[in-house]
Amino acid sequence: MTRKKIKSSSDLDKLRQKILAKRDPKIPCITVCAGTGCQAYGSENVVVALQEEVENQELGKVYIRVTGCHGFCERGPLVVIYPQGICYTEVKTEDVPDIVSQTVREGQIIDRLLYTEPNTGEKIVHESGIPFYKYQTRLLLENNLKIDPKNIEDYIALGGYSALAKALFEMTPEQVLEEVKKANLRGRGGGGFPAGRKWETTRNALGNPKYVIVNCDEGDPGAYMNRSLMEGNPHSVIEGLIIGAYAIGSPEGFIYVREEYPLAVENTSIALAQAREYGLLGKNIMGSGFDFAAKIHRSAGAFVSGESSALMTALEGKVGEPKPKYVHTAVEGLWGKPSNLNNVETWANVPLIITRGADWFTSIGTEGSKGTKIFSLVGKVKNTGLVEVPMGITLREIIYNIGGGILGNKKFKAVQTGGPSGGGIPESLIDTAIDFDELTKLGSMMGSGGMIVMDEATCMVDVAKYFVNFLVEESCGKCVPCREGLERMSEILTAICEGRGEEGDIKLLEELAEVMKDASLCGLGTTAPNPVLTTLRYFPDEYEAHIQEKRCPVHVCRALIGYYIDAGKCTGCLACLKACPEGAITGEKEEVHIINQEKCNKCGICYDSCKFDAVIIK
Amino acid sequence: MKRIKINGISVQVEDHWTLLEACKFYGIDIPTLCYYAGLSPGGLCRLCVVEIGKGERTNLVTSCNYPVEERLVVRTHSERVMRTRKMLVELLLARCPSSKTLQDFAAKMGVQGVRFRVKHETCILCGLCVRMCAEQMRARAIGFASRGKDRRVTPPFDIKSEECRTCGACLFICPVCQLRCQGPQSPNVVCGACMNIEPVCLEKHEDVRCYLDTCGLCFKGR
Amino acid sequence: MDRTKIDRIIEHYGADKSELVPILYDIQAEYRWLPEDVLKYVAKSLDLSLVDVYGVASFYEAFSLEPRGKHLIRVCLGTACHVRGGPRILETAERLLGIRSSETTADLKFTLERVNCLGCCALGPVMVVDNEYYGKLPSKRVERILHNYGFSSSTEQKHD
Repeated sequence: MTRKKIKSSSDLDKLRQKILAKRDPKIPCITVCAGTGCQAYGSENVVVALQEEVENQELGKVYIRVTGCHGFCERGPLVVIYPQGICYTEVKTEDVPDIVSQTVREGQIIDRLLYTEPNTGEKIVHESGIPFYKYQTRLLLENNLKIDPKNIEDYIALGGYSALAKALFEMTPEQVLEEVKKANLRGRGGGGFPAGRKWETTRNALGNPKYVIVNCDEGDPGAYMNRSLMEGNPHSVIEGLIIGAYAIGSPEGFIYVREEYPLAVENTSIALAQAREYGLLGKNIMGSGFDFAAKIHRSAGAFVSGESSALMTALEGKVGEPKPKYVHTAVEGLWGKPSNLNNVETWANVPLIITRGADWFTSIGTEGSKGTKIFSLVGKVKNTGLVEVPMGITLREIIYNIGGGILGNKKFKAVQTGGPSGGGIPESLIDTAIDFDELTKLGSMMGSGGMIVMDEATCMVDVAKYFVNFLVEESCGKCVPCREGLERMSEILTAICEGRGEEGDIKLLEELAEVMKDASLCGLGTTAPNPVLTTLRYFPDEYEAHIQEKRCPVHVCRALIGYYIDAGKCTGCLACLKACPEGAITGEKEEVHIINQEKCNKCGICYDSCKFDAVIIK
Repeated sequence: MKRIKINGISVQVEDHWTLLEACKFYGIDIPTLCYYAGLSPGGLCRLCVVEIGKGERTNLVTSCNYPVEERLVVRTHSERVMRTRKMLVELLLARCPSSKTLQDFAAKMGVQGVRFRVKHETCILCGLCVRMCAEQMRARAIGFASRGKDRRVTPPFDIKSEECRTCGACLFICPVCQLRCQGPQSPNVVCGACMNIEPVCLEKHEDVRCYLDTCGLCFKGR
Repeated sequence: MDRTKIDRIIEHYGADKSELVPILYDIQAEYRWLPEDVLKYVAKSLDLSLVDVYGVASFYEAFSLEPRGKHLIRVCLGTACHVRGGPRILETAERLLGIRSSETTADLKFTLERVNCLGCCALGPVMVVDNEYYGKLPSKRVERILHNYGFSSSTEQKHD
């Protein structure tokens, strides 16, 4: 296959026609999800098995496409067979022979591999019919199914890089900038700052060269939206980056990816190399005269390095700590030059805006928040995975319609947005619309997209302690309010969870929160009090119980609970006795067992081992 | 020249000044710990915060590195500022209770007590010694290591650095204690026990006592 | 210290100072940790002060300034995994190996670490050994997984 560099807009069109002509839509195509999540489920083995089986059964021409994340991580590995679009979930290597002989060869549907709607028992054939997908608006993620990220031609076949062609040949840099401003695209990394305005500041700042940067540091625990985009559709981000560089007047860009995402690093590297090969990156892009080069910068993950000035410092090879400066990085950033940094998802929205126009983009969403947002819906929800929804949808709709409700049909308690910088939103506010400003008003924030659902068995004081402890580890430690304040908050919350809470603790927490919000050097410190403040605001009775009554209402905080054996239910089966790591359980076979409270370390393994519900927690 | 308002008074300031420099010029005393004229500003201790802006939308910014802006409204001792400084000193005192400098700040700001578990550190991580060593002495023998609550100032690998010229500048500039007496060699000392300042102890000179203005740490030796 | 190996790595990144982190990463992949003499050599080769190199090496969790075990076990304690019982997996691993997180067994076979999010939240709780991911783990499966890497409970380490 000769690789001719694309030297004009019509070259791109011709290439697309050529690729499409080579692909016969009638020939079966099996797509297998190989995002990191499904790989952990063993999807790579499924791919190998499919390749072998197709050969063994001598089926002739069959495409097998290994794609990035499909999003429905709860049910992986996911396999979709075209041209019918039949979707199989939780596919194992043992299922492969049947899939090939029945579905691929004969077009027959294998019922047992279909998704079953849990309430009606209905079997659903097409991915789009599955409730998880039905209620989403997958503008950014839908192509993940159709693209092999290691093959640029898949992206081009779907219209990829036509936005870039339009920008370079039909628009001036100023026009591109205006379009992005008109679209009111707000940063998807958490800050929600209008991207167009940041681009403009960078463009107008004095100093050359200007830089553009993709932030794929994604430090929020529980969030993996950026990973899936960079693994599954890196070209969408690269295209957006080049368009942005054109608008801003930047000749060089960096894609900052954390080391914990090796597949994202690999696929993005391949994508960059292929883009260069096809003349879509480098000198004289598409023959337009515009030069732009981009490279990946891998970094050891540190949550704080995701902050703009910290990331740029890390790009310079120094420690990734925020800079105490009052000049915006758009004016003085990387190596003191104007630098525009945006999140992966923000960049991925740009080609859509250019292709379909700002008016289309603003037709989606609310007054203040336009377009869609990707969330990683995780925690105690039935359907975990990546969801993309229009701004303005309510939390309730996401958790119940898409998420399928609470795992084990337990009661909903709170949903955490914004990670360690956000807050848990209670049931009473679950009809809040997803909107940057609405979420901030509640004391939380949009954040990068982590959405963690918590049920009635979650202790909110423990959650606050968890987030504070996370930040204690991640704080760079430069400034006093964050470094000292977080450590002291952790001490107080730990004391409360261990039954040593005192009168005045809450007031002290609030005082610390105030100073951290006002005086911290960077966003990590100023937003660190949010989980504590929101749990205090919405779940004050839990704090009361821990402090006044030395009681954890949901039996989570270990120092405040005890494990006991219900004599009425115990059958003397020795299961818990054998499982106990501390040797704290005594008893003979067929006699009631007893837990020695002195030796018990509240690990809960006995509770898990008992098949008779005889272990109770008080 | 620019015109700004400090504590209600309209003043003229040089274009290149920071708010701290402007305040100093007009005789307004702002507490600092990690600032030293001639070295790059730290912006770390946050003690020099002042309140800028009007009405509902005010912010606290560190005056040591905030550049003056035309028509900026600044309040150096507002409720919010005082409350913040007080808590910062309380937090620092909980970290380094034997520091005379911090005790003096506490007394001035009315910090009545420390409501946190006391740690017995000697360093507030202000970074002045690091900046002094790098910018003024051009040795770069010491730096920060690790992060968060484990952050510390140290020569690499915690052993005496080859770049260290034992000039004593780091000791000189340390704000937490004035002329800290090193006494008997302590294992984690920053410059590998620079004995620039020889302690005059009872063991050495019979009835002549140590005359250095101490931070209280070497009471152990007596 | 094998200078040629290190030189090759540095050359690969064009001896560019701003690539210090990827360089250290690749070196650590070879040595399994970052020894003192290696860091000194890197500082010299890149014309960086040792203070800066040491600062970077000590800042990031991913870098180890002490020898690490043959197998690296990482337990995820991100929010989703925490809510699904991640701490219990870590406890089990700590108990079996006789070490705490960020420590290495005395026989240098295993190093145990906590990670803050691996991005496989739907599979929580997650444990990664070298590059193999194990998801939806019940705590009793931990021991069996460790056996695959040469762990045997008869060589139990002492609690300190």
